Amino acid sequence: MRAPASPTELFRVFTGLALQGFGGVLAVAQRELVERQRWLTREQFVELLSVGQVLPGPNIVNMALIFGDRFFGLRGAFAAVSGLLAVPLVVVLLLAALYGQLASMPAVAGALRGMGAVAAGLVIATALKVLPTLRGSPLGVPLAALMVLATTVALAWLRWPMVWVVLGLGSVSMALAWWRLSK
Amino acid sequence: MNTLLLGPGALGAVELLALFLHFTLLSLLAIGGAITTTPDMQRWVVGERGWLTDVQFTASVALAQAAPGPNVLFVAVIGYNVAGLAGVVATMAGSLLPSTTLALAATRWGAARRESVGVRAFTGGLAPLTIGMLLATGWVLTEPLRGYPATAGLVLVAVVAMLWTKLSPLWPIAAGAIVGAFGWLG
Repeated sequence: MRAPASPTELFRVFTGLALQGFGGVLAVAQRELVERQRWLTREQFVELLSVGQVLPGPNIVNMALIFGDRFFGLRGAFAAVSGLLAVPLVVVLLLAALYGQLASMPAVAGALRGMGAVAAGLVIATALKVLPTLRGSPLGVPLAALMVLATTVALAWLRWPMVWVVLGLGSVSMALAWWRLSK
Repeated sequence: MNTLLLGPGALGAVELLALFLHFTLLSLLAIGGAITTTPDMQRWVVGERGWLTDVQFTASVALAQAAPGPNVLFVAVIGYNVAGLAGVVATMAGSLLPSTTLALAATRWGAARRESVGVRAFTGGLAPLTIGMLLATGWVLTEPLRGYPATAGLVLVAVVAMLWTKLSPLWPIAAGAIVGAFGWLG
């Protein structure tokens, strides 16, 4: 595993991954942080994402914050988060200012829909990529797989709010992990 | 210039403060990401305050989803449409300050106890939920596009490109944009 050399490098890498992230940054973050920079293993990525997700606030911002803080303290946290947000913020505000003209063009609206479909595929691919990390789960593979399935059904099909999934399924899953670990 | 700075609806200082404070509150409730608070945001900004119409609100979210960068930037677009750049500062600072402060404190507390059974049960127990959340997100994103054969094709292309090639995700995204621009997705 490598480590970022400086807060400046953190800023640069997070800006780069944010600007590639159409329809969400998670898939790109996995590719950049795990596969290209090798700053995280797949297991560490899932762990970081889990923590980022259960804490309030945007998952990816929390993730960047925790990751930056781990290497360079507050300066690192600030570098990673501002890398993630600063340049994309300028881009999205420019688009917001132009939106009136853009939205009326059918080709633009169509292109946005196409990008949406690909973004869905990217997120699904990220899930498939990190699935093997469950081999190391304290729950054991069958129970962990069952929790993946239950979460997917609860969120995608039953449309439970995330809070209830975390409180309900999450506490069952954590209790089981606790019990297995302390045996 | 005035519309850029203050937006179409030019809010006063008290209203900007209210905007900031409401987003501060939502920030702490945003478990699972800022997007989970959109129903309440919509209720308040559109229903209670009448600062945006329903259409403007939905368009703000869609625009930020399509643009590069984290989805939380939809909060900035809402701020911009309500009150220009001052609105952006109010909504972004409100959304980020409480959650980032809490995240930093919690993660430092947890890092000091990394090897304890409690912390390992916490992260190990949540990992399967995280993977399920990713699968569900992918599924929900395809929702407006079901019924077009091109959708399944694009999803498949993206999965293959990510799993078996080293290509940047920008390439499948560009392919999606081209397919969509030709009108094959309605």
